[in-house]
Amino acid sequence: MIISIASGKGGTGKTTVATNMAVSLEGDVQLLDCDVEEPNSQLFIQADIEKQEVIHTPVPEVDMDKCTLCGKCGDICQFKAIVVIGETVLPFHELCHSCGGCMRVCPENAITEVGRELGVIGQGRRNGLEFVYGELRVGEAMSPPLIRQVREYARPEALTIIDAPPGTSCPVIAAMKGADFILLVTEPTPFGLYDLKLAVGAVKILGIPCGLVINRSDMGDDLVTQYAEQENVPVLMEIPFDRKMAEAYSRGEMIVTAMPEWKEKFQGLYHRIEAIVG
Amino acid sequence: MKEIVIISGKGGTGKTSIIAAFASLAENKVLCDADVDAADLHLIMNPEIQERHDFASGHTARINQEKCTECGLCRDLCNWNAISEDFVVDEIECEGCGVCYYFCPEEAIDFPLNTCGEWYLSETRFGPMAHARLGIAEENSGKLVSLIRQEGKKLAESRNLDLLITDGPPGIGCPVIASLGGAAAVLIVAEPTVSGRHDMERVAELAAFFKVPAMVSVNKFDLNPEQADAIEAFAREKNVEVMGRVPFDPAFTKAMVQGQTVMEFDQNSEGGEAVKRLWTNLSEKLEL
Repeated sequence: MIISIASGKGGTGKTTVATNMAVSLEGDVQLLDCDVEEPNSQLFIQADIEKQEVIHTPVPEVDMDKCTLCGKCGDICQFKAIVVIGETVLPFHELCHSCGGCMRVCPENAITEVGRELGVIGQGRRNGLEFVYGELRVGEAMSPPLIRQVREYARPEALTIIDAPPGTSCPVIAAMKGADFILLVTEPTPFGLYDLKLAVGAVKILGIPCGLVINRSDMGDDLVTQYAEQENVPVLMEIPFDRKMAEAYSRGEMIVTAMPEWKEKFQGLYHRIEAIVG
Repeated sequence: MKEIVIISGKGGTGKTSIIAAFASLAENKVLCDADVDAADLHLIMNPEIQERHDFASGHTARINQEKCTECGLCRDLCNWNAISEDFVVDEIECEGCGVCYYFCPEEAIDFPLNTCGEWYLSETRFGPMAHARLGIAEENSGKLVSLIRQEGKKLAESRNLDLLITDGPPGIGCPVIASLGGAAAVLIVAEPTVSGRHDMERVAELAAFFKVPAMVSVNKFDLNPEQADAIEAFAREKNVEVMGRVPFDPAFTKAMVQGQTVMEFDQNSEGGEAVKRLWTNLSEKLEL
């Protein structure tokens, strides 16, 4: 089973929920940090990282000895990532989406693949928990290809927990698509509610069952709870604001370590999800 | 005309609440919400929309079943596995590269332009505002960020206003990169947590990569003063100007619930006083 933990708004507690649920469960569990722009799970999990690999995406290189400047590569490219200028062809690697169109269309076979570095994928363990994270290279614009590569590590026989990026556009979709359940973490404020509605919209497009964790549940108003009732989105957990918890988080401590009574609550959260997914 | 872009790396550090407070304090400015993926500034600014425009960008392949002979070439060529066995394009997976459209021997594939969002020019009680909304599950957020910043600049120029205050997106990817170019400076709103620090360091590195001068303010600093110290020490080492701290103050959330800036809610609150000092420092630095 794949549970993807997402939120429209950032900073609502996705990583807190993902990491604490992952370490609270027994058995074959893996945590994939797909918030590759700002991966934070490892700060809390502190897994022993066993392997790190630099990930590349293919981009074109042109052999000017073969090129006849026909311009077909520039015509097919939708992303202005390869352009014929005067007597030369300029590939703009950072704009390339790796569709392979230019290589395929070139009548002279003058285009070959080289790699653009997307970032790093690391793998490790914390006790029984398997942990994989992606970290986007600073300056790299495209996170979805790296997110998809991190997701390749999901094993069908395991329980896979995904820490997704914030927002509702392509990186989030890449981290949610194909999941069995989406757990949305929100806060009961006007910003939290507005972004939650966008996130629920995204989940509906994907047609995946979802539930809610309301973090800092006693700060703000009750409009999130009302919205959840209206939309039939079950509220699976509420975490009240607790300065002790916020301070523990600020030091990089997990809730279940600082306040062990929460372990059972995170197990309960998982069991409620299991009951919904069946 | 100067533009200051406020970013955070990590989401939820209080970036938008601080920008809302700046809206109360700054004069002669245009507000710009470039966090197009989850735009929230309008919830406080309550803009009256004067102009509404479609944002069209990127294409999606569509297979015309009547012309399709199911030869399978498009499925072989698609690097995103976006075409099903019965030759229907998954619009979410389609990258808009056009390779299938280009090579289809039957010319059975259409490749229409997408409308993937809207952008607006508005009036608010704090002055004019440019803002946008990317459609759910859409792409091209970077292009919409660039567009709305351009529109914000035009709006400022047409009204003879000399400042653009831009609410940037979280993260370090495409929309953030699109929010940096040409800015006079970025202000990074950080929070004093291990993740806030980690994310601040990455976004400061990004600003340096694109050679945009960066400044930092630690919000909710009293939740962990040691982390706040560490963030500021890192900043000084990397020539990121330290602009002042803001305490954890429930007045920010209470103001938000009422649709107000913290200055409107209680300008003498601890948070309000701290944002005033922050704004004074920023104005001096930017020579406003």
